[in-house]
Amino acid sequence: MSTITITTTRDPIGDPMDVVARAHARPSLQDTVSQTVTMAWRATKKMRRNPEQFFDVTLQPLLFTAMFTYIFGGAVSGSVANYMPIIIPGILAQTALTTCMAMGTQLREDMDKGVFDRFKSLPISRIAPLAGPALADVIRYAIAATLTILVGLAMGYRPGGGVGGTVAGWALTIVAAWSLAWIFTWLGTVARSAQAVQGISMLIMFPLSFMSNAFVQEDTMPGWLQTFVKVNPVSHVVTAVRDLLNHGQVTGEVGWALLGCVVVVAVFAPLSVRSYKRHL
Amino acid sequence: MTQSPPAVRATGLVKTFGDFTAVDGIDLEVRRGEIFGVLGPNGAGKTTVLRMLATLLSIDEGHAEIFGVDVRREPHRIRQLLGVTGQYASVDENLTARENLWLFGRLQGVSGKEAHATAERLLGQFALDEAADKPISQFSGGMRRRLDLAASLISRPPLIFLDEPTTGLDPRTRGQMWDTIRGLVADGCTVLLTTQYLDEADQLADRIAVIDRGRKVAEGTPDELKASVGNSTLQLQLAEDADQAMAIEVVRRLLHEEPVLTPESGRMNVALDEADRAADVLIALRQAGVSITSVSVDKPTLDEVFLAITGHDTGQDADETDDPRSDELTLEVAR
Repeated sequence: MSTITITTTRDPIGDPMDVVARAHARPSLQDTVSQTVTMAWRATKKMRRNPEQFFDVTLQPLLFTAMFTYIFGGAVSGSVANYMPIIIPGILAQTALTTCMAMGTQLREDMDKGVFDRFKSLPISRIAPLAGPALADVIRYAIAATLTILVGLAMGYRPGGGVGGTVAGWALTIVAAWSLAWIFTWLGTVARSAQAVQGISMLIMFPLSFMSNAFVQEDTMPGWLQTFVKVNPVSHVVTAVRDLLNHGQVTGEVGWALLGCVVVVAVFAPLSVRSYKRHL
Repeated sequence: MTQSPPAVRATGLVKTFGDFTAVDGIDLEVRRGEIFGVLGPNGAGKTTVLRMLATLLSIDEGHAEIFGVDVRREPHRIRQLLGVTGQYASVDENLTARENLWLFGRLQGVSGKEAHATAERLLGQFALDEAADKPISQFSGGMRRRLDLAASLISRPPLIFLDEPTTGLDPRTRGQMWDTIRGLVADGCTVLLTTQYLDEADQLADRIAVIDRGRKVAEGTPDELKASVGNSTLQLQLAEDADQAMAIEVVRRLLHEEPVLTPESGRMNVALDEADRAADVLIALRQAGVSITSVSVDKPTLDEVFLAITGHDTGQDADETDDPRSDELTLEVAR
């Protein structure tokens, strides 16, 4: 058996009052950004070591894009080719929603682990442990959005907006996913268990994605449903992505979609930090 | 440095979970450069006190300051003065030991290069260099504790909180942990630790507070505390229950004290100032014709200190499942 010797430094620490004098009352913006990036690094390490986190973002675009297009194409638009300009942006928005949904469950599981005790005891910005994983998750959204567009192209979809419009639509999808993720982050900080987060997230995700214009134009729906569809932020994102992808136009809808994203983040990011602090 | 504040000064700390009062008005003062032990059974409120002082739990009532900084009002400054090592290793299972130390260094504003150097130094200091790049899941309990403590030392905080630092460790690893803790104090740190073991508090602490059911029941140096129970305990099992009265009489005459009767019939504990006195007791019993089936001499346990100080035992074995105090543990795990 090997003997382990734990050596001490014999390097005296200074007067505690010097440390007190140096201590900052709150983290600076620069600290917050650097801590968020460090937490994002941790999240990417975690992703690489748990590759199953990439299942949903790789398989779902492949499966859903092909499935929805071939099943609904003929019924909704007369042909698969005519349906693609409608459905591909719709699937993009739906993919954004379902991939960012995992955020809440992941965070809840993570927060129950011992390491979060240390994060809480460290002098770091309270938003960093939440914003870090959100930043790293952008990788997942990018994979999902890229694959969805590639599958569409492989199936014969030719976006009218050209390369510029397609890249803009792709970017808007990622921004929307990152913003909506804050809703699920908040859920992760308030719910009692990861299962609860999962259940509630489903309840939010299904109405938001199906009660929108993602799969069919809203004018075929009853009046009361149209009212909801029109205020649903997902509809605005879908319309904006359609405008960018199919016409290469930055329309008012793009503005509304971005405004919606800003509102969601402005409401749910502070709420998340507040309830994360209360968990202390 | 005439008016310099103590490392920790807490008055009237109260914490309630629902209608259960986990901490019920505790005062603590930890002087600079000492090891202060908080001793008590499971669920006594030790961890809760530590978590309140470390800003991990809100303080319901009372006042606490660390090096003169108000814990409630300036949590961010408090976190820069403290290193906290919890009962459950608070390191990231998804990362290697080296990555963990780098992560915690970076989070505390250490530059990337410096964070690597600090990680390297701590890995060496805590004899973790060989396992540095292995996933934490392959670590033994002792290695996790060492990594956890190493992580608390990255920023070289002047005050370290250790929550039951040796619970679950084998005796050898335990001794190493004790040496490490002594080394910290030699470097100028102040240490506040909780423990369930009297011998650990005895070995390490300059002063001890005994906590029971959320209240402080005693405070003093290890010697003062042990004086209330003697330095060792003679445990006797009598062959005949009927001899009990005679045995009590013999002990009383010889040592001028009452033996403590345990719930098992015919068993009794006798507190001794020194273990050598055990022979005197045995000879006296022999002469009185009291026959004995088993004898042992042991160091006093926490149970005996408790019995001596509070008049009741620690209640750890008795009714752990329906004891309201065990709720605290559940709450802590749930969080």
